[in-house]
Amino acid sequence: MKVEEKIALDAIKNDRESHIKLDQKICGTCPERMCIPVCPGHLYSLNEETGDMVVEYAGCLECGSCKIACIYKSIDWDYPADGYGVQYRYG
Amino acid sequence: MTAAYHLATAGRQVILLERGDAPGSKNVTGGRIYVDPIKDYLPGLIAEAPFERHVVKEIITVLDDDASVQLEYANDGWRSEPYMSYTVLRATFDSWLAEKVSEKGAFVIPKKKVDDLLWEEDRVVGIKAGDEEIGAHIVIAADGALSFMAEKAGLRKPLEPRNYAVAIKEIYRLDEKTIDDRFGLQPGEGAANLFVGAITRGMFGGGFLYTNRDTLSLGIVVGIDDLSRQKNPVAASQLMEEFSARPEVQRWIRGGELKEYAAHIISEAGAGGIPKLYTGGMLIAGDAAGFSLNLGLTVRGMEFAVASGAIAAGVTNEALTKGDLSATFLSRYEQQLKESFVLSDMETFRHTRDVLENKRLFTVYPKFLSELLVALFTIGPGKKEPLYASAKAAARKYILNWEGCKDMLSMRKM
Repeated sequence: MKVEEKIALDAIKNDRESHIKLDQKICGTCPERMCIPVCPGHLYSLNEETGDMVVEYAGCLECGSCKIACIYKSIDWDYPADGYGVQYRYG
Repeated sequence: MTAAYHLATAGRQVILLERGDAPGSKNVTGGRIYVDPIKDYLPGLIAEAPFERHVVKEIITVLDDDASVQLEYANDGWRSEPYMSYTVLRATFDSWLAEKVSEKGAFVIPKKKVDDLLWEEDRVVGIKAGDEEIGAHIVIAADGALSFMAEKAGLRKPLEPRNYAVAIKEIYRLDEKTIDDRFGLQPGEGAANLFVGAITRGMFGGGFLYTNRDTLSLGIVVGIDDLSRQKNPVAASQLMEEFSARPEVQRWIRGGELKEYAAHIISEAGAGGIPKLYTGGMLIAGDAAGFSLNLGLTVRGMEFAVASGAIAAGVTNEALTKGDLSATFLSRYEQQLKESFVLSDMETFRHTRDVLENKRLFTVYPKFLSELLVALFTIGPGKKEPLYASAKAAARKYILNWEGCKDMLSMRKM
């Protein structure tokens, strides 16, 4: 099963605004792009046309791995606003 | 929540702020809790807690790329009360505990994310949540492994990749009877299965499986630093997918319906990762204080959370009685944690991490076991080597060398 399909099983309520903001200036010079393999939701990708890093915040599982992995501090990450984000029914 | 429970019991006015829709809705556990260490910290509550199954069987699976060795340890003593450990799901457990907290008179307020701390000179005097400011004599930050509040209070430095692992967990629905039969359990009994070897592709980590009442918790844990530094990066989600496809896992989850996909970070730093635990008007407890301990075969966290919460409540209650909310008075929290199993166990196993970080544990040793057994079991067309010669050859190739010697010596740190 694809990871997108797995995340689709979760109870997630998405805010209109992203709780994850990237500094494209930093991302543009990043040689490793460690956010891509680290994120359990596989939500980070590189837009080949624009060269920008993209994060699909809507599937965020709120673990914070990306924020820890990004040693260049490009990731401005906060918990989603009240009432939003993932709600684990098993946990 | 344990802190809120005790303070409310002591008649203090307690507000418990929860950022999720309900307590537990933002929490993830692997899933198992050891109850002996905490029964005195949640007096009378453990007996009625909504745990899943009591664990009577420990299974360890060591995996090579296409082979595996499995060891099963069952103990009849674990089949009768008092049980040593239980599997648990946090959504269920936390909402139950939150009920108990409310019954004691604390205000449990969900959907309230704490954004910042309020200060008066060098003392914390409350929190900020959105536009709202809530004053408090003492703030107990139990805001999880990422603890933004501990960072804002200047108690800990930004989190480092080498100190953390990411855990992914999948929940599979299976009926109770199928779980009993598949794992060889009586009703109510549970099993725990740890996995180590090829599944993490040489990176720090491993897999786990716990039997819940009518679900299975299946997961993988991988060091964030190792994931970041891969030469040919494989995504954590891909490792999880490959892990769940292994026949050693399929035999357990076959026919199960995937219900949830969760992730969480775990502190792997042990005692070395514990920040300063208090400042004027504030204490930190549980994961926020880095209280988690990986001993390879056992992984603990929730016991430390419950105990540290109870101890924080005790010190807070004393501080309120004395009217002394200073950092000097609150340093008793650290002292009492040292006298309890929390900081004592963390200290005893301070150097275990050095042993578990050894990459050979995830590569060389699983390969050695696998090659040793294939040599012993295989009957080929020609003459068979004496068993001792086969064993020696496998040992020479993998472990009878200087590195193996060093590994043996390093075990003394465990």
